[in-house]
Amino acid sequence: MNSREAILGRIQEALRVPAAPPSEHNHGHDGGSGRHGPLSGTQGMQAWLPLVPSGADGQLALFQKNCTMLRTELHVVSGQEEARQTLAAVRDAHHWTRAAVHRNELLDAVVPSLQLEMLYTEQRPDAAALETCSVGITACDALVAQTGSILLTARSAGGRSLSVLPPHHVVVARGDQLVPDLPAAFDLLKSRYGFRYPSFTTLITGPSRTGDIERILVLGAHGPKNLTIVLMR
Amino acid sequence: MSSTFAAKFKTRATQLTADLGHRAKIRSALKSYETARDERKAQFQDWQAARSAAAATKWEAINHLDTYLVSFVDQLTARGTKVFWANNGKEACDYVVALAKEKGARSLIKSKSMTSEEIHLNEALRQAGYEVVESDLGEYIVQLRGEAPYHLVFPAMHLTRTEISDLFEQKLHSPPTDSPEELTMIARRQMRMNYLRADIGISGANFGIAETGMISITENEGNARLTTAVPKVHVALMGIEKILPKLSDLALFLPLLATAGAGQQVTCYNSLIGGPRQADEVDGPEEFHVILLDNQRTHLLADAEQRDTLHCIRCGACLNVCPIFRNVGGHTYGTTYQGPIGSVLTPHLRGLTDWNHLSYASSLCGACTETCPVKINLHHHLLHNRRNAVTQKPDLMERLAMRAFAFLTHHPGILNSLARLSRPLMPWVSRAGPLLPPPIKGWLISRDLPPVAARSFRDYWRAR
Repeated sequence: MNSREAILGRIQEALRVPAAPPSEHNHGHDGGSGRHGPLSGTQGMQAWLPLVPSGADGQLALFQKNCTMLRTELHVVSGQEEARQTLAAVRDAHHWTRAAVHRNELLDAVVPSLQLEMLYTEQRPDAAALETCSVGITACDALVAQTGSILLTARSAGGRSLSVLPPHHVVVARGDQLVPDLPAAFDLLKSRYGFRYPSFTTLITGPSRTGDIERILVLGAHGPKNLTIVLMR
Repeated sequence: MSSTFAAKFKTRATQLTADLGHRAKIRSALKSYETARDERKAQFQDWQAARSAAAATKWEAINHLDTYLVSFVDQLTARGTKVFWANNGKEACDYVVALAKEKGARSLIKSKSMTSEEIHLNEALRQAGYEVVESDLGEYIVQLRGEAPYHLVFPAMHLTRTEISDLFEQKLHSPPTDSPEELTMIARRQMRMNYLRADIGISGANFGIAETGMISITENEGNARLTTAVPKVHVALMGIEKILPKLSDLALFLPLLATAGAGQQVTCYNSLIGGPRQADEVDGPEEFHVILLDNQRTHLLADAEQRDTLHCIRCGACLNVCPIFRNVGGHTYGTTYQGPIGSVLTPHLRGLTDWNHLSYASSLCGACTETCPVKINLHHHLLHNRRNAVTQKPDLMERLAMRAFAFLTHHPGILNSLARLSRPLMPWVSRAGPLLPPPIKGWLISRDLPPVAARSFRDYWRAR
């Protein structure tokens, strides 16, 4: 008998004795539903998770507030022209010398004007080359107002390394990519990728951080120390 | 009967409870966590309903574990992942060692995984001649010290910046500093080379999504992202109980884990990995292996009363609120998993005979059960383990004592006479405390016997 059959066999044997559903042996609410089955999709979660305003302006304000708290640098700009100017200003402030980037309609419109040496991930650079770039510039799948997060995948953001190896990560996004909350973000993943999911998806919430020394917050533990979002309304 | 593990626990606990400096360190390390956690909890519109929903979701997953595991594995393999089912820790370690051999690996890097601590994977690899570097800052620090993690989420919380600076100076020859930021940058620079050099990246998994065949990794530093992005081979080690039915369950579990575990709304990086690099992707490992570990989990699953222990998402919240953990510290337990969850879990993973003493490492205050984000009945399970230990192996002395007690309470005349006779002896008992036989000795070692009244209540009542 192989180990798969052995483990599954032990599980089936163990489950022959039913366990009491949660509400019966650990007093507490049941969310009012009285059901113990799996939650159907993300329905209902909005009622418990942190509140998100319903209008687009309120959601943008919440996203801004979260970015400030997380120390994400957020620039809300009116369009491509202002995005180019903003990126140039960030380039100068951080003394970028070399940028890593991927092919994307949105990026193609605003990145070339930076006039930096560019490394495209489509050329399959090795990790050591990516590591020497001052910045990784990517698109994303969505921004999440509730948590101040960026949702991206290997497909939408030029692979796995681009957004984590360089010391600065810049995300260029459109205003309509802002979704209200985490349930909406996961719903979006499902509708966009169905069962052809990329091998990698990540939800990025602020620059890399650690509290492992005396629980004191330090930014830039292993991932990017700086995270900038340029949001075009 | 006390095992050697029990004796060790007692010795270390006695030392550390008296170490006021150690207690102060733990208190101060947990203070900012407590504030942040409470703020984050308050942001939830209904934290209690969220806990109940999480408990219901984990109940569903664990009580249909076979179905969900099969779906998880089918989805993973469809995207080119190699799945290995390991009955125990040894099989899991052997698999990783064989893989390292097959790939001719020279260097391995690992992101934080308590499951790998449980099966002593680093030790197994080292014995086979492979060096593994821990990439999480806290884990790296305890690895350099040759220690086990102190806390399942905050591995180095027992160390001050001075101690860490001394350690880095000694092991990495870095200049001394009292800045946590500078210390973090020393580790960052050191680790960068390791990511680029490593042939194999090893990670754990916080959740396994049955619906889509993905593992979910929660972290703050980015070390898990680098560990799973750069090396050519990625191996993820996951306990079979980490399953969640649906991708969308993460919309609840990610904030729940971060709030309870670290006082964050969500952690910095929550990554989903569902396979090796796909044809249309520019980078990522060429091979992705998932090791599904049983290692006594099915044994715990068979205990319907304590099955909800498998709901645990390893957030560490129960450690942080536990008065015992806060006094005796993480290393005292001598286990992979510390605190209340460790006290419940370890007897199931490593045997009740050797580990039942942990069932008493509790004041039964219930703070753990109340804080648990998936509502595990922790303090009641400690009582269940005590009961099971007695059923499994009755303690003759204890049984005799209980018989005697039952006899006396059924015969008030004899009880009263004995009480009257022993009354004049009480001041002597109090004074001779530590010299008396157990259990009187143990009770009196840290307590004073209050002075006994000159006459009993019964005598007083009769004479009234």
